[in-house]
Amino acid sequence: MKTNDVILQTTTKVVFFIIFLFSIHIFFAGHYSPGGGFVGGLLTTGAIVLLLLAFDLKTVQKALPFNFTIMTGIGLLLALGTASGSIFFDVPFFTHAFSHFNLPLFGETSLHTAMIFDAGVYLVVVGAAITMIQTIGGDT
Amino acid sequence: MTSMINLLLFPIILPFFFAIVLLFFKENIRVQRSLTVIGLLAALTSSLFLISKVKADGVQAITLGSWPAPFGISMVSDMFSALLVTTTIIITLFVVVYSFSSIGKERERFFYYPAILFMITGVNGAFTTGDIFNMFVFFEVLLIASYLLIVLGGEKRQLRESIKYILVNVISSALFVITVAYLYSVIGTLNMADISVKIAEIGQPGIITVIAVLFLIVFGVKGSLFPLYFWLPGSYAAPPIPVLALFGALLTKVGVYAIIRTYTLFFVHDIGFTHELLLVLSILTIIAGCIGALAYFDLKQIIIYNIVIAIGVILFGVSQMNESGLSGAIFYLVHDMLIKGALFLLIGIIIYVTGTSNLRKMGGLMKTHAPLGWVYLIAAFGLAGIPPLSGFVGKMLIVKGAFEAGNVVGSIIILASSLVVLLSVMRIFIYAFWGKPVELPKTDRRPYRSMMIPSVVLVVLSVLYGVGTEWLIPYMSDATDVLLQPSIYIDAVLKE
Repeated sequence: MKTNDVILQTTTKVVFFIIFLFSIHIFFAGHYSPGGGFVGGLLTTGAIVLLLLAFDLKTVQKALPFNFTIMTGIGLLLALGTASGSIFFDVPFFTHAFSHFNLPLFGETSLHTAMIFDAGVYLVVVGAAITMIQTIGGDT
Repeated sequence: MTSMINLLLFPIILPFFFAIVLLFFKENIRVQRSLTVIGLLAALTSSLFLISKVKADGVQAITLGSWPAPFGISMVSDMFSALLVTTTIIITLFVVVYSFSSIGKERERFFYYPAILFMITGVNGAFTTGDIFNMFVFFEVLLIASYLLIVLGGEKRQLRESIKYILVNVISSALFVITVAYLYSVIGTLNMADISVKIAEIGQPGIITVIAVLFLIVFGVKGSLFPLYFWLPGSYAAPPIPVLALFGALLTKVGVYAIIRTYTLFFVHDIGFTHELLLVLSILTIIAGCIGALAYFDLKQIIIYNIVIAIGVILFGVSQMNESGLSGAIFYLVHDMLIKGALFLLIGIIIYVTGTSNLRKMGGLMKTHAPLGWVYLIAAFGLAGIPPLSGFVGKMLIVKGAFEAGNVVGSIIILASSLVVLLSVMRIFIYAFWGKPVELPKTDRRPYRSMMIPSVVLVVLSVLYGVGTEWLIPYMSDATDVLLQPSIYIDAVLKE
């Protein structure tokens, strides 16, 4: 039986990007206000799952040709690397550093090493969640 | 880099780092093997440095993220946890080398080594953490890695037992969080040193004793205390031998460590109730283990029930709460990790050679595999605690402590259990190595030899551990001091 999912597919093509952009916004909103790598990662995963529902596993794998296990690994390395940076300054593990910079366009911006850590968390969440969904979904 | 305040974290970070790197080389078995060994050797070096540093400078403590002490997550390494961390890495190293020729390429290609390293991250973290909620987190890390290890390979029996294993652990983990929440709502802190201070201030009212019992249930499930060990014999027998060796030597010991830590640091003001309960349960654990160890004709089951007996003996020592009892428990804990690791590896070789784990179908191995027989015999004597082998000193100190505390009946049961332990492992020796040789299935001689090397070295280490007791005593007494005097632990964390 061929299901008719034109509406779902068309909407998804637009909604995916809205969710994805919102997840990036949430990711950067973290630290000083609610948000961060974990929630951002989950939102991105949600967007990809929507793609999976509207299309199928093969199409999505073709559209996003990443190895999600490797993505998890990169995320873990980023997170561990940021936390370990403190070892070289002989301050307690996980001590972060931040400062204010005057960036063009953004103006006075506070840049924090916690953001690199959060980027790691983001990649781990997306990588791990999609790996799980692909593994379970790929069984049928 | 002069003072290296982060040194105590290296035995946790290094296995974690190498596990992550291995994710990038899923298919390359040679890289998997060599990076795992390199990672473990690096972790071992750091943990030996840690021991010498703790010996020289006392308890090492650090609070992550430069937060002030009771608010951030503290990591604490006293001699007790440094010794356990080192033993953990040593055993893992030998099990990994043993795996090269026994675990099979299929598993090696499917995250076997990363899972082991992630598990070691969790085990070492649980041994080192100074924050009770963080201990839960590290328990989860090691459990999730162990879920992968127990199911890896997907044999029918593994799938059945892993469902049981996961269910039991998920429930006990939930109870763990609930118990931590109770404790937090009463005490208002999660930092273990701070908890100890706060409980001492309010003098352990009834509600704290209830929480103590809840902790005993949670850690009793993980550490296989009577009657909560019901899941263990079935689940541990399912995965292949190297995984069984890791689980048997390390995972239950994390539960035991947690009981020892909480029952010497937190709940020390109503010993008449809490430690009496621990005493009764540990004796029942020993008796249940003895029955199991004699009841089976299956190699794996016999040694698995010996785990249960050892847990009982160690916790019996702890429940005495005096110097001899506690230092005996520490001696015996490290001994048991080494010797259980060695024994599991050895019975793995017996199973490989005979093609069965049923004692009734074996016989006469002495004619064909004499070295295996002798090494097994030494390990068996070590387990039973025949002097000067490694089990002797620990058990002697535990019994001494029990006599000092006036628990004569308990001491007699411990001594009697030694005979049962000896009998149960000698039965394996008699059935498998004596008697009429049975026809052996054709097996390759090379894996046999390469499995023998790590097993023999581990047995030799355990013998050295027994013979070198005199040399180890200063370290053991440092470890015991912290357990007996919580103030040493508290000062190291809170006075900065």
